[in-house]
Parts: sequence; C-alpha cells; structure tokens
Amino acid sequence: MKFKLNEETCSGCRTCQAICSLVHFEKVNPKLGALKIDAHFPEPGAYTIRHCTQCGACAAACPLQAIEERNGVYRVVPEKCVRCGACVDACPHGVIFLHAEIPYAVKCDNCGECIRICPRVALMDEEGEVANDVRL
Amino acid sequence: MFGYNGKLLRVNLTEKRSSVEEIPEKIARDYIGGRGFVARYLWDEIRPGTDPLSPENKIVIATGPLSGVFLPSSGKIEFGTKSPHTGGYADSNMGGHLSSELKLAGYDMVIIEGKSEKPVFLFIDDDRVEIRDASAYWGMGALSSEKKLKEDLGEEFQIAVIGPAGERGVTFSCISHDFGRQAGRAGVACVMGAKGLKAMAVRGTKTVPVAEPGKLLEKSRSMYRAIYEIPAFHTWTPYGTADITSFINENGAFPTKNFSRGFFEKAGEITGQKLREKIHVKDKGCFGCPIPCGKYSRVTYKGDTRYVEGPEYETIALVGGNCLIGDIAEIGYINYWMDEYGVDTISGGNVIGFALECIEKGIIPAEAVEGRELKFGDPDSVLYLLEKIVRKEGIGEILSQGVRKAAEILGKGSERFAIHVKGLEVSGYEPRNAAGMLLAYMTSDIGAHHGRAWAITYDIAVGRYEVKGKAEKVIDLQHIRPVIDMLTVCRFPWIELGFPLEEYEEVFKFVTGLDWGWKEFKKVGERVYNLTRAFNIREIKGFGRKDDYPPKRFYEEPLEGEGPTAGQHVSLEVLDAMLDDYYSLRGWTKDGRPTKEKLEELDLGFVSRELESI
Repeated sequence: MKFKLNEETCSGCRTCQAICSLVHFEKVNPKLGALKIDAHFPEPGAYTIRHCTQCGACAAACPLQAIEERNGVYRVVPEKCVRCGACVDACPHGVIFLHAEIPYAVKCDNCGECIRICPRVALMDEEGEVANDVRL
Repeated sequence: MFGYNGKLLRVNLTEKRSSVEEIPEKIARDYIGGRGFVARYLWDEIRPGTDPLSPENKIVIATGPLSGVFLPSSGKIEFGTKSPHTGGYADSNMGGHLSSELKLAGYDMVIIEGKSEKPVFLFIDDDRVEIRDASAYWGMGALSSEKKLKEDLGEEFQIAVIGPAGERGVTFSCISHDFGRQAGRAGVACVMGAKGLKAMAVRGTKTVPVAEPGKLLEKSRSMYRAIYEIPAFHTWTPYGTADITSFINENGAFPTKNFSRGFFEKAGEITGQKLREKIHVKDKGCFGCPIPCGKYSRVTYKGDTRYVEGPEYETIALVGGNCLIGDIAEIGYINYWMDEYGVDTISGGNVIGFALECIEKGIIPAEAVEGRELKFGDPDSVLYLLEKIVRKEGIGEILSQGVRKAAEILGKGSERFAIHVKGLEVSGYEPRNAAGMLLAYMTSDIGAHHGRAWAITYDIAVGRYEVKGKAEKVIDLQHIRPVIDMLTVCRFPWIELGFPLEEYEEVFKFVTGLDWGWKEFKKVGERVYNLTRAFNIREIKGFGRKDDYPPKRFYEEPLEGEGPTAGQHVSLEVLDAMLDDYYSLRGWTKDGRPTKEKLEELDLGFVSRELESI
C-alpha cells in the first residue's frame, strides 16, 4: 500500500496522529503518530504531510537488521532495536523516530487507520484498498 | 487520576521561579477541568478587592480531561483572570493546538503570578520550564511575534501571545494562537501585558493516562463516523461560522450601525459563501476537529495584501454590520490588523461602532479626531480609530477602556447606546427581538457574550417575543456550556451539526473511569455558574440585579431601518419579568444573589460563608 496525498484539503487537525498512537500503543499521545503534519503559516497558509513511503532507507541504515521487510512494508523488530538512531538519520521524510516512552524506533506499519479516519480525505490509499470513512 | 496529569505549573514572574503542584482529586471531581478549574482557582487564590492590573492578580490557564484525546474537536483551552475590562470574573477560551500540547507537556493547568519588570515569555518543554527574555518580541504584532517565536524555537512549539494592545493596556485586548485563534474576551491579554508576559511557548511529548484506551479508540472512532454521516458535515464545514450571516440577517438579528438596526442591506456581500468565493485560501482546524471552521484568507486593501484567519461570523457582525462595512475583503483586512495588534474583534467592532455614532452625534467633536471626517461604512475610519486605540492616543485613550468607561467619560447621553452588559461589549446578535438571547446576555457571568448561552436559535424556533420558558431554557444552556468548556471540547459539533451531547458521557467514562451522565455534568455546570456569580458579588461593590440590565437602547428604542424586526423592541416590564423568573428558578434572591441554601446544595458552603463576611 502506498499513500496518496491531497494536501490542499488537510486542515492540520492531527486526527491521524491521535488515532495512530492509540491503535499502536494504546496511548493518548499524538506525538507517537507515525506521520507528521507541517504547518506553513502565516504565509502561504498551507499544511504539508510527511508519511512513510516504505522506501527502506531505514532498514538499509540499520546496523542490526532490526527493520524487516515483508510484502513491501518495513517493520521494526522491537527485540532487535537498540535505539541507536541510525534509521532516524537515514529517513528522508523524518517519519521514523525515537520517543522516551517506547523502547524501540517508531515507524509506520501501513495499517491504514489514518486514511480511514481523516476527516478531510487528505490521506488516501493509492491502490484503493483502504477506503476513507468520509463519503464525498 | 485518569484523564489528568494531576499537576499544575505555578509560575511567579516577580521571583522568576516555577513549581509543580498536585491538583487535588476533589477539585477535579467537583470542577472537571478547563473553565471549572479557572473559576475555582480564581475564587481561592485572588484576594478580594485585588486590582486586576496589579502583580497580585493571577492568570489561570487550564486544559480539561478530554484535551489532547483522540476525540472530535477536543482542542479548547481556557484562560481566566479578574478582568481589567469589567472588574469581575473573566474567562475566555480558544481552540488550536495549545491545549493538547500543554496536556502532553504534563500539566493540566498553569497559574501565572506576580509581575516581571522586563518583558519575558514562558518557555515550557516538558519538564523544562524557563522564564525567558522577550525583549526581542515586545512591541511586535501578535501574528508577527508568533512567527518569530516559531522560527527561534521550532515550528512544533505551540504559542500563545499578545500584541501591542495587550502590552499597552487596552482592556479588550486578546491572546492569540496558531495565527488566528484567540482568547479574546474580557481582557485576559491585558493582564498578561501588565505582568510583562509577552507569550507562552509549549512543547509536550508525554502520554496522558486514560482509563480504557481500547474502548476510547472504538468510541471515538464511532463518533467521527457519526459526524461524517450528518448532512451539515458537508454543508456547514466549507463556510464555518460565517455560514450563519444570512440566517441571522434575514431574521432581523444582525447588529447593524451600532445596534440601532437589526438588518444590514449589504449582508449578502459578507456571507460565508462570499468569503469562500473571494478571499479563501485554506480550511484550518483545531486539534482533532473534523469540521474546521477556521477559514484562512488572503485580503488586499488599497494594494496591501495580508493573510488572516477569518473573518469569523462575530467579526463579520461587529466589524461588518455594526460599522456598516459591506465588503468581505475589507472586513478581512480590518480583522488582520485587529489580530496583529491583538484586539478582540467583538469588543473592537463594538467600541468603534460606538465611537462612530458619538462622532455622528457630535459627542466626539471633530478636533478630537484631528479634524478627520470619520463615518460608518468607511474602512479607513475604522482603521484610524483602531490605531488610535492601540496607541492610546487622544480619543483612543478613552476608547481603549471599552464602551462603558468611554460613555462615562464622554457623557452627553452616550451611555444609552454604549452596548454592553457588566462592561463587556455585546457580541453578534441583536437581541431586541430575541427575549431569550437578551436574557442570556444580561445574565452572562463575564458580561454580554453569546458563548455563555446561545439562545437565539431557540428564540427563533419558539417565538421571539414569547417570554414564558425563556428563563428556564437560558439556565439550562448556562449549565450545559460550562461543561463543554470544562471538558475543553468545542461546542460546534453539538450546536452546528446537532451531534448528541449524550455521546460525551461514554467517552468521558473511558477517559476518566467515571460513570457520569449529563445529570452529574449539569450539577457541576450549576456549581460553576453560582461560583462565578459569587465572584462578581465579592469583587464588584454593590453587585446585584442592577448589573443584569442591558443598555437603554435595547428596551427603549425600537429598531430602526428595514427588515422583519424594524420598529420593535422589548419593554422594561418584559425584562423585569424575565429576571424575576430567572432568579426564582435559580434559587437566587430578587437582587440576584445566590441564597445560602442554594450554595450549600451545590457544595459551595465555603462561598456562602465568605460572602456573609463581606
């Protein structure tokens, strides 16, 4: 699965980040969301979305092979990760990160929850496998 | 305590130190959060008779149990203080992303005390709390300072900031956040300015403990889905608050020419549709919000292009109708300057409408405005007066204190059309043809503000002149609204989309672990409404029934101009009958004081004892 973006409709609400942290960690902490929204104000008045493209740069950089690929999705293996941060430096989008409360690097696992919930249909599934809950 | 960090950050600007304190569980249970925390801590911590602009006044900033939670529209934060604008209780809330950020930093509340001799800003990065030099930002506009603070600290910091109006003591200055969200009413920003506090910058990364995260996820997800199914999700969201302009005008309730009329013939030019068509750049939402009412716009006036969030309906009403500005871009341009200076657009538009009427009637002579020909309908006249107010120059010094004080100084019958209650300027609904809305303005604890009980739609639905049942409805709304402000969610899913209030019961349970319903919620709402009433009785000499009357224009002057309500007004007899009904239903005396029995019933015995000792 790959993301398709419609950044023009993104309103910066961060609902995607809020659901991501609850789904993956059972935590109320939008900062654990594995995608990032950048706000560009006061000018030009825009939001841009950074998300994982499953490019594999993190896995290539990992000295412990702690990031494994299956069906095109890269996942961190918690038992192998030592939080060295090599993946964080290697990620071209800044969407794999370390957080004090999680003992391993955090990244997107392509679950599609953010796409389903996005109130603005700013996040979409390129292959059409995950439908958004908002009906246009 | 699930749903809370259980911590408040106390910052003393005089001594340049901060400390973290526990929030007692009983306080959380009795006051929920947000507006309830503000009301209780202000009552407890402000010494009776404190001068609002002295170091002894405090600012309470509070989140609620639903702040930062995955939940539709959970992005509100409350600011409160003893008001320099009204002399009484004040709180004002705003959306954006500050509420969730502060909650994630590990605090439910911040209390600001004392006064810094030099300009400072409060820096909060999780446990790291610093009082930093703000001389590089002092004097800058609110929007410009936020931009610079983000450049200096990082984009992810959430900023609350005041503009020159707050720094210089304009009593209706506002706190600004996220380039267009404001805590605007009753002058909390003015107290920030008096304390030398330019801004607060917050970054938080910590998890908020909740009782049942799995159930919360399922419940909230179903709430978003339910909102997506409501037709207004698609029809209201593109226009936001400005959507209501035509409806209010067609019902003759649109404040026009300093509340002398209820119908503006150019209202069709300043609707949400016109905003979208002519100036709209971006829909901009608060944390967790599926219905972003923020309409970010680009406006050009006389060759000068500016970006502004809005104009919102209230700005359209007060800067538009009330000053007879009938062009959406012109309103947006004035809106930009009010935001940049840090002036509340509601009080700002109301004060300038008042000034223009004083000029029209010769009460403000031409020499007081440097011989200029200032008039309604002219953006330059509005901008001229705005600048004078922010600079506190000449007539601006008088106007910078709001319409009540300006009318006291100017005299000559101007108090008749100084449109306020308790010193707070009336917001965007002409209430002469809406008895419930008028009663809501009259009995609002912070002064005339629509957000305390938005009764206008009820008036229109059941008959505007009908008096029976209005007090009961207003009281019910006055108990619901504090709860929304205590949970620190936004009212719009409920008010604009008709999303059921009952939906919040379960989510509250999954967050806090408490099995509460609206019966319990409303009891807290009533407690808080009585507590803030008591605050006004304690702080304002001789406070009582007389403070609940609107300006004479509302009950003695029929509406002028065109529209369905032209020629009509509510009589003093009707006002008195409504007030009697209201006090009696509330368990207050005929002078509007909560009885000892009522206070004790609400667990406010300590309030009753303190009031008796005055």
